[in-house]
Amino acid sequence: MTTIVRPYGDTLDDGAVQLSFTLPVPFGPRGREAARLFVEKLGFRHAEIVHAAPLSEGFSFYVAYGRTETSIDVDTIHVEEATGEKLYSMNEACEVIRARLGRKLVVVGACTGFDAHTVGIDAIMNMKGYNHHYGLERYQEVEAHNLGAQVPNEKLIDYAVKVNADAILVSQIVTQKDVHIRNLTELIELLEARGLRERFVVCAGGTRISNKLAVELGYDAGFGQGTYAEHVATFLIERLGVKHPGVRS
Amino acid sequence: MEKRLHLPPERIDRARELARRIVAPVQEFIEAHTTVTVERATLRLAGADGADADGVPVPNLVVDQLRDRLEEGALKYWVNALLRTGEGVAGLNRRVAEGLRVSDLPLADPIALEGKAAELVSACTRRVRGNRSLREERLARYAGKNHAPLLYVIVATGNIHEDVKQARAAAEQGADVVAVIRTTAQSLLDYVPYGATTEGFGGTYATQENFRIMRAALDEVVEKQGRYVYLTNYASGLCMPEIAAMGALERLDMMLNDSMYGILFRDINMYRTFVDQKFSRMINAWAGVIINTGEDNYLTTSDAVEKAYTVLASQFLNERFAFAAGLEPWQMGLGHAFEMDPTIRNGFLLELSQALMAREIFPEAPLKYMPPTKFMTGDIFRGVVQNALFNFVSQMTGQGIHLLGMLTEAIHTPFMQDRFLALENAKYVMNNMADLGDEVEFRKDGVIVKRAQAVLEETVAFLEKIDATGLMPAIEQGLFADIKRPRDMGKGLEGLRKKADGYWNPFETHLQRELGL
Repeated sequence: MTTIVRPYGDTLDDGAVQLSFTLPVPFGPRGREAARLFVEKLGFRHAEIVHAAPLSEGFSFYVAYGRTETSIDVDTIHVEEATGEKLYSMNEACEVIRARLGRKLVVVGACTGFDAHTVGIDAIMNMKGYNHHYGLERYQEVEAHNLGAQVPNEKLIDYAVKVNADAILVSQIVTQKDVHIRNLTELIELLEARGLRERFVVCAGGTRISNKLAVELGYDAGFGQGTYAEHVATFLIERLGVKHPGVRS
Repeated sequence: MEKRLHLPPERIDRARELARRIVAPVQEFIEAHTTVTVERATLRLAGADGADADGVPVPNLVVDQLRDRLEEGALKYWVNALLRTGEGVAGLNRRVAEGLRVSDLPLADPIALEGKAAELVSACTRRVRGNRSLREERLARYAGKNHAPLLYVIVATGNIHEDVKQARAAAEQGADVVAVIRTTAQSLLDYVPYGATTEGFGGTYATQENFRIMRAALDEVVEKQGRYVYLTNYASGLCMPEIAAMGALERLDMMLNDSMYGILFRDINMYRTFVDQKFSRMINAWAGVIINTGEDNYLTTSDAVEKAYTVLASQFLNERFAFAAGLEPWQMGLGHAFEMDPTIRNGFLLELSQALMAREIFPEAPLKYMPPTKFMTGDIFRGVVQNALFNFVSQMTGQGIHLLGMLTEAIHTPFMQDRFLALENAKYVMNNMADLGDEVEFRKDGVIVKRAQAVLEETVAFLEKIDATGLMPAIEQGLFADIKRPRDMGKGLEGLRKKADGYWNPFETHLQRELGL
């Protein structure tokens, strides 16, 4: 099976795309034409600069439309998300934990390194949750420890050992020059050095994190935009079932 | 502004009275203590600057030499070293950086020390007064050119030279205030790095040289545009007073400065923060700086509808701490934020109510209004609408300092075009509905009025509870933002000292006199 698609404006296969960008050139007819040619060079036909504005002496801003012939066969695409189609609701997750684990699932979470932005880990862990999805603290069968922001990787591991955690969740929101990658890598290296990597299910989350990236870095899973506690809980339950033979799955 | 929320004045008075009672015992503690960064800030005001070959700043070198003699005040040893070596300030900085131990020099006659210190105080005073009058002169010359509220943007490239390009562009597009976001690690450093910096994560190091570079760049725009551009940085974290001192010397105009933010959201020890915030605010007050407080943080951590009262309570406490440090109402950019869940029915009415309530309770304060961040999703198109509503509320309720929301919030630190689009959005909304606020009265029994009255009542009840508990125990018990901070835990406690009987700090004495404290 092949299903070839192009972006859709108002007619199938019209390939319509909108773009906006800044060029480091002064505002004016030359800048505008440069922007149009740039969009054509990207492979768009009918490139149109619909709006241009000066930003500063040497910078100008453009909104552009173009049509592309480029297509994609969606049937050839393979996606590896941490969770499949089936998501446990909060109550279902708790029932499954009761049935399979027979005790509370212990989860330790933190925003590590120098990152001070707890909005991600809070969305997953805090009682209130995010966008009407309760966080793990609300789950009766989850013992959730949210250590907050700027937690050193060492301290996070020590804490996870202390409370005998099943899972470690790490959030990285603000990043520049890929510091989040270094920081995430360091956690895995520390766990391995201490012989603890297999003891925990370790997950990374954040706006720049994908499951693919996290798995490459040695995590069990990664969670990006649009993740709620249900996604994380579902993954943890499924993964614990695989990891610990004693746990019935 | 006419009062439209019918808030009972006696309840507002009660809240202020409670804030006064809550803060008073903390002030007593503050008066009896100093910290490593208070001492380093004093040295900086006296001219200590530079760093050794390992990058350790001169003020840190001096303070580290003194150890337990720090409780006498570090300035004594610095002034003494000037007298003993015969060096000027620059020469002494160089020698300390090369390894001179000011702690080892025999102490000179106290009268000679007093005399030399008086010289340093007056040199510093001339510079800070000069900065203040230059700012006042420019503001008067270009009166009426800034937007109301002031449009505030951030730059955060990590590289001061790149920041300059972004800041210039924003100022040319109409930004009234430019804040240089600090690198995420800096609030927990117990020193201020030296020199210009080109690497940072999520922001740029606050250094005195970076302050100077940005000030000079913005001043060029000021003259070209005929409009004053306020420069902002962060007097928060472990070096609150030192950053305030650097800001006073380099003519920064605003400083983020909250009396409890470091304790709650950065796990800095509470004793340390209380002592640090006082001296930093005295310097801000003296330099004519407008502080911006951090109440928005309560709402990014907790629910903005349920916990609205924590914002108002914190505003009352920040106001009280500010008065105690000599700040005047026009310098109190008390913070709050547009952070309610956008899916709430009538959420806009609640936001409007909250913003107008702050305006009516703190009529002279240039309120600092923060944009939606928590419920920005990556849907940039919805983001534009959220920011437009935020702009609407700010204009209608007469906020003072308006931090522009970015359509790409939750995606990346702002691109140049993001700031441009935010400025265009704000200018459009605020001009198009400029006087709407004056046209509208609210139903006495309506949602907006009732909500404000309810939040005020909750605030008074909360402050009553804090008053009964005591501020420090209340923080220990997690009454603020559900975060528990024991008094003997947290970062920076080792930098706290009880002042010795003969504690000597002529800068502090001078500031107290100038500020009428």
